[in-house]
Amino acid sequence: MIAVIDYGAGNLFSVCNALQYLNLPHKLTKNPDDLRAADALILPGVGAFPAAMEMLQKSGLTDTILSCAKQKPLLGICLGMQMLLDESDEITPCKGLGLISGEVHRIPSPRVTIPHMGWNELEIQQPDCPLLRGIETPIYTYFVHSFQGFCKPENVAAYADYDGKIPALITDGKFIYGAQFHPEKSGEQGLQMLKNFGGLTI
Amino acid sequence: MLAKRIIPCLDVRHGKVVKGVNFEGVKDVGDPVACAAEYNRQGADELVFYDIVASHEGRGTFLDVVRETAKQVFVPLTVGGGISTVEDMRETLRAGADKISINSSAVKNPALISEGAEIFGSQCIVVGIDAKRDGNGGYTVFANGGRIDMHVDLLQWVAEVQRRGAGEICLNSIDTDGVRGGFDLEMLKAVCARVTIPVIASGGAGKLSDFATVFEETNATAALAASLFHFGELTIPQVKADCRSKGIIMR
Repeated sequence: MIAVIDYGAGNLFSVCNALQYLNLPHKLTKNPDDLRAADALILPGVGAFPAAMEMLQKSGLTDTILSCAKQKPLLGICLGMQMLLDESDEITPCKGLGLISGEVHRIPSPRVTIPHMGWNELEIQQPDCPLLRGIETPIYTYFVHSFQGFCKPENVAAYADYDGKIPALITDGKFIYGAQFHPEKSGEQGLQMLKNFGGLTI
Repeated sequence: MLAKRIIPCLDVRHGKVVKGVNFEGVKDVGDPVACAAEYNRQGADELVFYDIVASHEGRGTFLDVVRETAKQVFVPLTVGGGISTVEDMRETLRAGADKISINSSAVKNPALISEGAEIFGSQCIVVGIDAKRDGNGGYTVFANGGRIDMHVDLLQWVAEVQRRGAGEICLNSIDTDGVRGGFDLEMLKAVCARVTIPVIASGGAGKLSDFATVFEETNATAALAASLFHFGELTIPQVKADCRSKGIIMR
């Protein structure tokens, strides 16, 4: 069972709809016991970093997530990916979960429209990344964000080019994955990534 | 590089897809969920559902269509028509919409844009605008499907829409809508020069090359069309192939 963490932020329906479509057993939950019992976790997120971190703290799930992340696959999506990093300066400086080292800042280029909204091609750095298994290139995924992660190159499985490199798919190389894009809104290729993630649990 | 987007729009009435040419003369054509799935298969980058009746009684049926589509189609889904309060927005998002499109209700009550953006995030607030030449070299904004002149200057309005936190603008030119002579390049250029948020071109696509032209001539990031795709005169793969052959990046 994949636990989709419901801490009060964002549109969780589309993630659940996609898992349902793929016949992947899942549960939308805020119960720490469910997180501990799950085979894998998905941390969704939409909105602003500090508000989402505050909601996560208030939900009392932070410690459970941190301990689960050492034992089973965790996928952060969009803001959920950014929350895996050390800190963000969106609105006000705020600590993240610190599961992958890196920071979150506004997309720096003055030459592009913000938000970065639409389909962008993945520039794959780690072709062996389990989430990319069986997906033919070019891979296009759907992005909507104004802030981005700045991570160590060894943690980046794929970048997207938006007048600068945006870490699109990050990983610690073990259990933790983060997608800046929305796999649940990225057509067949995005669904395949979720299916691959679901496969990690079996 | 970010790809340009091709977006089919499905006008829905009483649970069926329709398309009014120049907003009049409605013709019944099909099951919206099946149409959405077909567009998804063809490679549509997003889908728009528009509730053209937007009556209180018909709302449930319409949201059922949205709910059913969201279970089968995994590209961004924008839903508009009859959304005039934050509660309407919440209900529509809960049904599975990724973005809310507001038009007349935003012109009549601009605070709705800021409220929606604050509560749900800018990324899900699309402001649709119907505009027309005012005869004095400018453009004016209309409400109620192009029927009521709001006497609001288009370029001032788009600046306010952005300032209030909209994530995107969908610009429909009443002058070119249904005429099929191409998108309104002039109006699009004027609006793109005024805002930094993405602008979707709408109204006027009539032939294959109109799509490449709007991307070559303006900074629009997406192009929307309805009947052209819906009656099968052009397919999304044809449009994308034509754009690609002209060096435009497509998914």
